[in-house]
Amino acid sequence: MIPQSTFMIVAPVRDGELENLRGLLAGMNKSVGLADPANPLVPFGAFERLHMARFVIIEAITGDDIKAFGRERRPWQPALAFLGDFDGDRVDFLTELAERAEEGLQQIFAHCEGFSKAFDLLSWMVTHNIEPAANYVNWLGRTVRQVHEEAALHQCLSEYLPQIVAEMGRDNPRVLRQKLLSHVEMQKHAGLLKLSPEDPTPLAWMIRNGLHKIGVPLVLLLLSPLFLILAPFFALRLRMLERSDPELFIRPSREHIEALAYLEDRDVSNQFNVFGDIKPGLFRLLLFKFLMLLTDYVARHVYNRGFLTRIRSIHFARWVFMDNNRRAFFASNYDGSHESYMDDFINKAGWGLNAAFSNAIGYPTTRWIFKQGAEREQQFKYTQRRHQLPSEVWYKAYPDLTAIDLARNSRIRKGVEIRQANDQAIRDWLGEI
Amino acid sequence: MATTPTSDFPFDDLQGLLRFGHGHLKDSCFLLLQVADVKAAKQWLADAPVSPATQNGSRPKTALQIAFSVAGLRALGLKESVVRDFSDEFIGGMAGHESRSRRLGDVGANAPAYWAWGGDSENVPHVLLLLYAEAGKIGAWRKKVETKLFAKAFSLAAELPTLDIGNVEPFGFVDGISQPDIDWAGRQSVDSHSRDGFSNRLAVGEVVLGYRNEYGQYTVRPLIDPAGDPHAAALPPAEDRPEFKDFARNGSYLVLRELGQDVPGFWQFLDKASGGDAAQREQLAASMVGRRRDGSPLMPLASEAIPGIPAGDTLNHFNYLPDPSGTRCPVGAHVRRANPRSGDMPSVSGCFFSRLLKILGFGLKRYDEDLIASTRFHRLLRRGRTYGPLLTPEQAVKADAPVAERGLQFICLVANISRQFEFVQNAWVVNSKFAGLQQERDPLLAHRQPLHDGTPTDQFRRPDPAGPVQTVAHLPQFISVRGGAYFFMPGLSAIRYLAALPTQGDQSP
Repeated sequence: MIPQSTFMIVAPVRDGELENLRGLLAGMNKSVGLADPANPLVPFGAFERLHMARFVIIEAITGDDIKAFGRERRPWQPALAFLGDFDGDRVDFLTELAERAEEGLQQIFAHCEGFSKAFDLLSWMVTHNIEPAANYVNWLGRTVRQVHEEAALHQCLSEYLPQIVAEMGRDNPRVLRQKLLSHVEMQKHAGLLKLSPEDPTPLAWMIRNGLHKIGVPLVLLLLSPLFLILAPFFALRLRMLERSDPELFIRPSREHIEALAYLEDRDVSNQFNVFGDIKPGLFRLLLFKFLMLLTDYVARHVYNRGFLTRIRSIHFARWVFMDNNRRAFFASNYDGSHESYMDDFINKAGWGLNAAFSNAIGYPTTRWIFKQGAEREQQFKYTQRRHQLPSEVWYKAYPDLTAIDLARNSRIRKGVEIRQANDQAIRDWLGEI
Repeated sequence: MATTPTSDFPFDDLQGLLRFGHGHLKDSCFLLLQVADVKAAKQWLADAPVSPATQNGSRPKTALQIAFSVAGLRALGLKESVVRDFSDEFIGGMAGHESRSRRLGDVGANAPAYWAWGGDSENVPHVLLLLYAEAGKIGAWRKKVETKLFAKAFSLAAELPTLDIGNVEPFGFVDGISQPDIDWAGRQSVDSHSRDGFSNRLAVGEVVLGYRNEYGQYTVRPLIDPAGDPHAAALPPAEDRPEFKDFARNGSYLVLRELGQDVPGFWQFLDKASGGDAAQREQLAASMVGRRRDGSPLMPLASEAIPGIPAGDTLNHFNYLPDPSGTRCPVGAHVRRANPRSGDMPSVSGCFFSRLLKILGFGLKRYDEDLIASTRFHRLLRRGRTYGPLLTPEQAVKADAPVAERGLQFICLVANISRQFEFVQNAWVVNSKFAGLQQERDPLLAHRQPLHDGTPTDQFRRPDPAGPVQTVAHLPQFISVRGGAYFFMPGLSAIRYLAALPTQGDQSP
């Protein structure tokens, strides 16, 4: 099993270079909102391990909100962020990137402060990479190669099944399955289909992951007496802040929403970025960090099989602390329209959303972290849109496919490789094709 | 939550259409108007015989309802400071932005550029006038409404055809069966913890502005500070912020879409797909619609109670829980998409622990479980009327079936256009991935454009208990959008407020 990793290379944009950079990035798109996989700067499609990638210009468009807390606006220089989700090891991937897209990346990063062609691109990218505080992968171990192979398998089966149903009828599932299997074998033999076996899991990753899995609960367990002592003070302080934190009920401008919506619903999936200030004070920061630690833990060890609580439409998501822990950035790739993404969240996982974002300025008032918050629908939708930033370039390696499609294709593949227990199981498998 | 007993509900300030479909008034006439003379328009509005939602024993013999587009409100002189607090969708308009059209499926042949009306966002009709009368009496009623003053006030932009063809829509299916049961008395809690399963009872605030919606919140709407606007004194106060007057209270957004239906095309395609077998054709049609022609559902009646649907309602007392895979009623069937009857939780479970597991996303028994949003946040109150002469399916399958313009003047009333109408249209009707389906859009209503990367979507899949699904391929488009616009249907006091607005020049804005 090859685990997935991420990169996020961030550097401030030089003064006066913002528009040039935007223009350069726009040239990487094939159509509105969707990158050209073969664009000459970073030919995303040539990287066989790359799931998703994007270029975002991170601007503090809601930087003034902190004034509601009686603080001065914190300075922020617009920054270019290059994000990606891929299979395997990060340094490996960045090396490949630096080798195969050197000129293009140099051209892009030349708009950033502290970059020079004279530098070694790879080490510059490595030093400008920011680790996410929490990272979510829809299905741990599902590689781009696997996605493509399984999609081709499903396509092949769905084209052949009606033919044999027309020939043999639909009543004998075993015969149908047998016919399909021999068809697959023939296609494989002819080199038209490929179902690569799973790669071995890297040992170093296995050890690290295992240690993390045991280590985090162990440390929390050891600290639990301390938590118990602190609990009443924590509860008191939390409720005080939840009552007193100003709630910003500010409507986003129509132009801003239209600019965001213009990029959306071009594919069955969409990209999403939000950026904002963390509420002032050590309490909020520590709470945010702690909740992110838990989020990362459950995303890594629990929610890595196609669902994040009740949400099954997210491919990748990450939370990142920036600007010396004063600001937070969130990016995701999700299926369906923006409105359905938001409604899904509010109705199915509002409590989780509250936990993940209630320490950010502008988030609707929560009660005991988990309650209310997102259920204040209009406040939530306003604040979310206000903090959202467009992706200048967005790439997805498997257009037209949703996370549900990918999971189904994997089940169909499994049905090819493993004998079903009974006729009903075969029927269910046939029904999915 | 504050409750409002039925008797206290200010039906006298509500336009009748929010409470009644005026079904007994068989004749109707829908007029799209431009304001020609603002002063005359306001004068006419001041005494317009707009029908309230009150009930006084005898049923009215005529009815008149009125709604305004954002251009119409501006034409009457409503201040921008009031207009801007309406929702973005209303202000932007149905055809106002390419992104909206893309989401609504108004692409290809459905694109606003081809619409008969409403497609030019710079030239949206100001006023929608809905007239209803008993059979044969619409002419007289229209004459009565269109006074001399009216003729001075408005110019006719278009007259939308309507024709009563009984209780069916043009394809021949009994229509308008399922409607939300508006909870005028506020009997039902909107708390998510007490609403796991599907309920047909809907908070007033989901269709009428100024009341709590299904989130227990008040939808954003224009509120007026009476200190700065003496005319606003007669408006009702805002329930959530009593220091303000609520311009939108007892009003509702009205979505109008003219949908052309290719009746011969529909039946002839189905006839061909069924090899000319009438019984199979009927079956296929029923599975696409999700009901038989007489309106009877493809699902057995539910044994458990469904709030808001009487147990004896044989056409409506069902949900889709017994049929997760869609072997009885395909998941992609039109009525199952438009109203999936889903609850807040995937399946109703009693025990605390299993509920917790479900909240955390565990314990699903099937892959296709819990993929559909909770229905209560996405309901539409439908008030459409058909147009075009009746053509029975038996006539329609014949090659020489008479060609005519037929279709539906689709109307729905909602409090939140984006969360209700646009969501249903986008995420449920047009979406080729609805409920995890594979590359198929609504078999009746949707366009057939392929996905971005070329994946075709022009199919309809019927799950079969034997295993392999039955696929109907190369589905043509049966319904095309001919026009459409977003309107606001104000309460009666808000109409009076509009009528009393100072005409430009009388007072500085």
